[in-house]
Formats: sequence, structure tokens, C-alpha cells
Amino acid sequence: MSYTQLTRDEIARRIAQDIPEGAYVNLGIGMPTLVANHLPKDREIFLHSENGILGMGPAPAPGSEDPDLINAGKEPVTLLTGGAYFHHTDSFAMMRGRHLDIAVLGAFQVSVSGDLANWHTGGDAIPAVGGAMDLAVGAKSVWVMMEHLAKSGESKIVERCTYPLTGIGVVKRIYTDLAVIDVTPRGLVASRLVPGLACDELQRLSGVPLSPSAARAAA
Amino acid sequence: MIDKVIPSVEAALADVRDGATILVGGFGGAGVPEELVDALIAQGAKDLTIVNNNAGNGEVGVAALLKAGRVRKIVCSYPRLADGYVFEALYRAGKIELELVPQGTLSERMRAAGAGIGAFYTPTGYGTDLAKGKETRMIDGKGHVLEYPIRGDVALVKAERGDRWGNLVYRKSARNFGPTMASAAKCTIAQVYEIVELGALDPECIVTPGIFVTRVVKVPRKKGNWTPGGSVTRGLSGRAAA
Repeated sequence: MSYTQLTRDEIARRIAQDIPEGAYVNLGIGMPTLVANHLPKDREIFLHSENGILGMGPAPAPGSEDPDLINAGKEPVTLLTGGAYFHHTDSFAMMRGRHLDIAVLGAFQVSVSGDLANWHTGGDAIPAVGGAMDLAVGAKSVWVMMEHLAKSGESKIVERCTYPLTGIGVVKRIYTDLAVIDVTPRGLVASRLVPGLACDELQRLSGVPLSPSAARAAA
Repeated sequence: MIDKVIPSVEAALADVRDGATILVGGFGGAGVPEELVDALIAQGAKDLTIVNNNAGNGEVGVAALLKAGRVRKIVCSYPRLADGYVFEALYRAGKIELELVPQGTLSERMRAAGAGIGAFYTPTGYGTDLAKGKETRMIDGKGHVLEYPIRGDVALVKAERGDRWGNLVYRKSARNFGPTMASAAKCTIAQVYEIVELGALDPECIVTPGIFVTRVVKVPRKKGNWTPGGSVTRGLSGRAAA
């Protein structure tokens, strides 16, 4: 049976649907930024930006960008009514002091025990970490959003990360274009496989032990 | 009468010495004290250690200082920007030392300096390459890394308004590192767009109280447009970011 991977927007929509009313959330640079476009309109969710914004709103209309109002990716944003500005140390106290409910981060690799590698590909790339390590250890829940397989076809979910680590045992859940995988003390648990993808096949692609969730079928 | 207002950016920076550690505010293009950095280039101090979240973009601000060959070492969290080619070329040529620090640790190390804290333990970075060679300790079953303060000889910050006592308010996300850096240096120089009378700033809303500020200098407001490079397009003194 054949299956189709989720698009990045479809993964983002899944994540957005799982964020509860009232959550304080940081969306990492890159793919996780898409989640903002899919947040349910009937929920109040607080987006945090590491450079000192809580209640961050969407991109402004072309022509009304403000160079003093940017997000972590240095793109122009807006502030929602009720939002706040604060300085960096306060912002990182929110991140490091377990005040954020959810951080959604991109990743190069996640290990079966929830180790995260997302800041450096090693080699001669210019190393740059930003706030990745702070979010990894500081948010109450770290969710990863990534494609299940690297361009080379290798699984990005691995027994042990080969890229430099961002944090040890920090990831709670992985949203990929094939499934949702929870990192539990009993190992990885897969749910919401894309239609047509059998658990055996997901297991084969992943190359690490996965157990099917007793609960929900495909979303 | 206490008057911390200095007539020009040149006068504000006259005593910066070779080998100084300089904290430079800003995150991407927001909050970068570009006029002070330009004046530092003109002033000529060299062999500097620069502490900034990034390592400059385009050829303005910190990138221009790097390009002028004045910087021995940069301490930052994210030197890889889309147009960070000046840093990249120096780094690859081995002409600049990089100390890469997780952003929250960078901020907290400066806060520690400003607050008189000798060192602190944080879980950020534990077990990663950025904690190599550092002391660690298990606290409540969780690995922590010992981090030391970063003190500046000089801090250059950009605020929106100030008064002659050095009280400052900022604008939107341009606040970023400003308040923390102001507390962490022996000499803090703030550039502002507006100098107001004492009392004009609401005491309930002053973000940086004047005790943290040594000098205030007014700079002309630029008509800035946002550009994809994260920098503000500039008038005569600099080129637009790519």
C-alpha cells in the first residue's frame, strides 16, 4: 500500500492543533515558524520570542515592517494587543526557568532516549547555537518538528546522535512527515501514521525500535 | 549638577583603550548602536574583544569593526547570519578568535557581572561541546555547567530616550541586551534619539536606571527601512544590507 508524506504545513497544522489554550510557546527558527500560521483561531496561545517578546503576532503587511520589531529569525513581526517587551535576561529566564510550556524545535537528529542535535552539523560549518540549548533544557516540553528521513534517506531518529548534541534526554515528542513519535521511558511510541503507512514499514524506515500506540489511528 | 550627556559620539568614546572588552547591544539589526560602533572604528582602538549576540552582518556595525581589523576575539551565540561574510572570512582565515556561548548563558554571564555574582551553575549546554573543559556538578539529579561572568570595560547600548541622569527607555525588541549590558561594564555609553528633561520619563517605566549608565549621547534618527538582511538601510554613511 502506498502513502504520501505530510507537507511541512500539514505537520505544522498537527502541532498547532495539539497546543492547548493558554500555552506559552516558543517556535524555533526555520520549519517550526510555520506552526504560527496554523494556530486555532479560537484559542489564546502566547508566542514567545527569545529577543524579548511575549504575545508575538504575525508578519506585518508589506510596507509596515518595523526594524525594532523582529523575531528570533530576524524577520519582521507584530505584537498582539496585550503583548509585552522585555530584556534578554528576563526573556531567557522565561526559557531557562521552565516557564515556557512548549518549545517546538527543528532537528538534525533525535535519539531514542530524546537526545537532541540541532545546532551544528560539525565539520567546517560556522558553529552557531543561539538559544537552542537554553530552550532544550528549559522548556517544560520540547517537541521536535522535522522530516523523518534525511535527504540521504537515513532516519533522523537514531540510536545515538552523531551530530553535536544540543541537549541530553530533552525531547518529549517528534512530529515528522510520517508520524508522531513520543519519547517515553519505555522507548519510542508511534501514533498518527500517515494513511497507508504500516507500523512495520515505519519501523523499517526508522531503523530504531518503535512500538505502536494503542490509541489513535491516522489523523 | 549631574549631566551625563556628552556632545558627540567621538567625545563619548575618546578614552577607549586598545585591548578593551566591549559589550555591544543588539540582536540582528535591532538595537545595534551603529553610530557608537562607527565612532569606535574612527577612534582607532584595536585588539578588542567584542561581546555581541551576533558577529555582524553586511558591512555595517560590528561587521565594519571586524572588517577594519580591530577585533581580536568575539564572544557571541550566533555568528552565522545570511550576510555574515566579513566574520566568516576572518574566522576561516584564523584571524579572529570565537568564543561561542549559548544565548541565555551569554546574557546571564553579563547579568552575573552586573549583579556581583562570582559564577553560577546552569543546565544549559551540559553534556555538549560547549561545556567541554568546564566544571560540572549534579544538582537535584541534573547536570549543570559552571559559568563565569563576562565583564565589559565598555558597553555600547542603543536606547530610545534618555535624560541627563542616564535613565533610559528603549523601543520594542530593540531593548534586547541593552539593560543587561549596561549593568555589566565599567563604562556604559548609551546612544539615544531623544534627550528629555528630568522627570519626563515615567519613573514607573524607566527600564535602565541611570546608575548603570556613564554617558548619554544623542544621535540623529535615521529613516530606516526594514531589509531582508535584518539590518536597516542607511543613508550616506553605509551601504544597504544585502
